Amino acid sequence: MVRRLPRKDVVIVGLGWTGSILAYELSRTGLEVVAIERGPWRDTATDFNIGTAPDELRYAVRHDIFLRPKQETLTMRNNPSQTALPIRKWGSFLPGNGVGGAGVHWNGQTWRFLPDDFRIRSHMLERYGEGIFPENHHIQDWPVSYDELEPYYDKFEYLAGISGKAGNVKGRIQPGGNPFEGVRERDYPTPPMQQGYAQNLFTKAASGLGLHPFPRPSANISVAYTNPYGCSMAPCTYCGFCERFGCANYSKASPQTCVLPVLVRQPTFEARTECEVTKVNLSGDGKTATGVSYVDAAGEEWEQPADVVLVCAYALFNVRLLLLSGIGKPYDPASNEGVVGRNYAYQTGSGSTAFFEDAKFNSFAAAGSLGVAADDYNSDNFDHGPHGFVGGASITSAHTNGRPIQFHPTPQGTPNWGSQWKKAVRDTYQRVTSVSAQGSVMSYRNNYLDLDPTYKDPLGRPLMRMTFDYQDNERKMANWMADRCDEIAKAMGAKTTQVNRLVGPWSVVPYQSTHNTGGAVMGSDPKTSVLNRYLQSWDVSNVFVMGASAFPQNAGYNPTGTVGALTYWSLDAIKKYLKSPGPLVQL
Amino acid sequence: MKHSGSGSPRHPGHLTRRSLLASAALLITTGGARARVVTKVLPWDPNEAYPVVPVKPGGYLFFSAAEAAAVDAIVDRLIPTDELGPGAKDAGVTTFIDRQLMGPFGGHDWLYMQGPFAAAPLPSQGLQSSLTPRQQYRQGLAALESYCKTSFGGRDFVQLNADEQDKLLTGMEKGDVTLPNFSSKMLFSAIHANTLEGYFADPIYGGNRDMAGWKLVGFPGVRYDYRDVIEKPNQAYTLPPVGMQGRSAWGPR
Repeated sequence: MVRRLPRKDVVIVGLGWTGSILAYELSRTGLEVVAIERGPWRDTATDFNIGTAPDELRYAVRHDIFLRPKQETLTMRNNPSQTALPIRKWGSFLPGNGVGGAGVHWNGQTWRFLPDDFRIRSHMLERYGEGIFPENHHIQDWPVSYDELEPYYDKFEYLAGISGKAGNVKGRIQPGGNPFEGVRERDYPTPPMQQGYAQNLFTKAASGLGLHPFPRPSANISVAYTNPYGCSMAPCTYCGFCERFGCANYSKASPQTCVLPVLVRQPTFEARTECEVTKVNLSGDGKTATGVSYVDAAGEEWEQPADVVLVCAYALFNVRLLLLSGIGKPYDPASNEGVVGRNYAYQTGSGSTAFFEDAKFNSFAAAGSLGVAADDYNSDNFDHGPHGFVGGASITSAHTNGRPIQFHPTPQGTPNWGSQWKKAVRDTYQRVTSVSAQGSVMSYRNNYLDLDPTYKDPLGRPLMRMTFDYQDNERKMANWMADRCDEIAKAMGAKTTQVNRLVGPWSVVPYQSTHNTGGAVMGSDPKTSVLNRYLQSWDVSNVFVMGASAFPQNAGYNPTGTVGALTYWSLDAIKKYLKSPGPLVQL
Repeated sequence: MKHSGSGSPRHPGHLTRRSLLASAALLITTGGARARVVTKVLPWDPNEAYPVVPVKPGGYLFFSAAEAAAVDAIVDRLIPTDELGPGAKDAGVTTFIDRQLMGPFGGHDWLYMQGPFAAAPLPSQGLQSSLTPRQQYRQGLAALESYCKTSFGGRDFVQLNADEQDKLLTGMEKGDVTLPNFSSKMLFSAIHANTLEGYFADPIYGGNRDMAGWKLVGFPGVRYDYRDVIEKPNQAYTLPPVGMQGRSAWGPR
C-alpha cells in the first residue's frame, strides 16, 4: 500500500554534489526541502575513518562504497545489432552510492570547459566547414556560453576550495597557469598542490617542446580553507587514497566536507536515506510533476508530493528515472527521433608509459588531482585541419597513487606470474611514470541509452541499456594524442616507452573513466534536447535535471567543475521559477 | 517509517555493511531495515566507525585440506619464494583467499546475478558466468585434480614438479588445457587475481604476511601523510611499511 506524505516545496532525488548544493541554497530561503537518497548516510569520521579508510582491497577492489550492481546496473552492447547483457560487475566506470554520491570517491580534478567547447558545432563549422564533422554525429552547441557560466564556475571553485593557478584573469595571461583557459574573474581560492618528480620532468620536457604546462586544478586542497558556507577543510597530505576512497583528512572537496555540515542545520531540510525513488509522478495531462514515489529499505512504498522535483542522481540514473517516469520522448536511433537517452558520450584515454633507468617517482606520495597538464592539444587550441578529427585532450603527467594491488606495472613482454614477473614488478615500481591524454567524445546517432527489454532490477523495473562504442573520430584523436604523449615521455628522459592506443571495441572490463555524459541533454531545440538552457524539462516545467547527463557531448576534461557550475546556474533559474512557475524558455 | 532516536538501529545500512564485512554471511538481509530520516544534526555517534575484522590465521573455513594444498602449490608458482623474498604461499595468500571466499566476495553477493546468462557473450561484456567464486574454486579445483590424476599417472597437482606445474599453469592461463567440465582459464584467472590481491592487500586480511608484498615494491602502506616525500622529489623512501594494525616491531596485536 502506498502511503502519501505531507507535501514539500521541493523534493530532491539523490544527495550528492548537485543535490546537496541545491538543498542548502533552497532550504536557507525557508523552503521545505526533502532529499531522498537510495544509499546510506556517510560521514568522514565514521565512514572514511583514518583507521579504516586506507584499505585498497575493501574500497578500490571490492567497491565497498559504490553502488552495488545487485541493486542497480545497466546492460551494455557496442552497437544496436548486438544483444545487450548486464554489467554484472563494475569495471569501465564506477557509479557512487549513498550520501555524497560520486563526490565522495572522485579524484577531484575540477576543470572549466573551454569557451570553444560550448559552441563546438558553430565554431568548427566556421573554421573548418561541414566536412570536419564525423559521420552520423549529433554534435550540437550548448545552449549556454562560457561567459554566462563563468560566475558559476567561480562559485563552485570557491565552494570546493580548488587549488590551482589561474591562466587568464580578466584577459591578462598569467605565467604558470593555463594560457588557453577562458577569461576568469579571479584566481583559484587556494594555491596549486606541490608536484612530484615526474611532474617536474614533464614541466621541463613539455616546455622544451613548446607546450604550456601548468598544475591542474585540484579539489585535494593545498592549504587549510574555509568556504563561503563556513565549512572548513584541511591541507592534503598526499596519502594516495583519493579515487575510490572517501578522504579521512577533510582535504578532498565533497558534499561531506563542503556542504552537509551546514545543510543539516537548516530547520526546513530533511534527508531520507536508503530510500529509492522509483518514479517522478505526473499530473493527468503529463505536464506537471506532482512529486515522487519511493520505496524504503523495508520495501514499503511512499509518495512524496512536492511543487518542484529536482533530479540530482548520477548522470546515468537521471536518464533512467526520466525514462521510467515518462518525462520526455524516448530516443529512437532508427527514426533518429526522441530525446531521452540521446547523445550519450564518454571519455577517451590514451598515452604513453615511461620506464626510466634510474628514478624514484614515489608514486605512493600522491593525490587524485596531483598533476601537471598541458592544454595545447585540447578543444580547438590547435589546428584540426591536417588531422581530420573533432575534439581534443588534456595531456597530463600525474600520479594518483601507488597502491600495489592495482598499480604494479611491468614492461611489455613480461610474463604475468613467476619469478621473472616478481623481479620485473620490483624493478619497475619506482621507475615508471606515464603521460596520458584524457580526450573528448562526440555524440553520435548510435551511441545512446534506453530501457532494456530483458533484464530487471530487484524492484522489477527494466534496467537501462547502454549502446556505446568509440567511433573512428575518437580513435583517430586519441591515437594522435598518444603519439604526442610519447614524444613528451621520451623528452622526459625515459629509457623505454610504450604507447597506449585506443584499440578494439569499448569494453566494460578495464577501468576507464566514470565520466558518463549525456542522455538528458540541455539545448535550444526540444527536438534535440531534454532540457532547456536552465536544465528545466521542456515537457514538465517543474522538473529540473542536474548533472553531466545534460552535456550535449563530452569535452576533454573531467566533468565535475562544469556539473557544479551548471548547478549554480540552474539554481538562479529555479528561484525564478519558484516566484513565477512555468517554462523559463518560451519557444 | 522510523525516525532517528526512535530506538531502531541508528545506522541500518551501515549495520548491514558491517555485518557483511565482519562475518561469513552468505546472504544479504536487509530485513527490518527502514528508511532513516536525517534532520537538524549530522547523524553519527561517538566512536562510530566500520572497521574490518582482522583475519586470524590457522585452519581453513572454506577449503578442504586437499584444496588448500592445491591452492598453496598454485600460488607458490604464481609468486614464488626466491632471492627477492617470500612468495604468495609464504605470505599467507591461501588463508587470504579462504577467508575472502567466505565473505560477500565469495558469493558475488554484491554483483548482478540475475539471469538469463548468455552462452556466448561478447568479450567486451565482461563477467557473464553464473558461477560464484566459491563455485569456481570448488568445481575448478576438483576438475584440476581429476585432470592431473588422469594426465600425470595418478599424481595430483601438488605432486607435480615445478616445471610440470608451470607448464600446466601456462596452458590454463591460455585456456589450452581442457579440464573436465570446467574452464581452465576461468580457474586460472580467479586464482591469479586473488593471489595478487592477497599478496598486496593490507595484512589485516590474512595475506601479505610481514608486508612481504609491500616490501618487494617499496610501498609504505597506510602512513597517510607524505608531505615530507613530496617536498623531496626523487629521494629513496626509507621508513618501513605500516599496515592498518601497525607493524610487527610495535609489538603483537
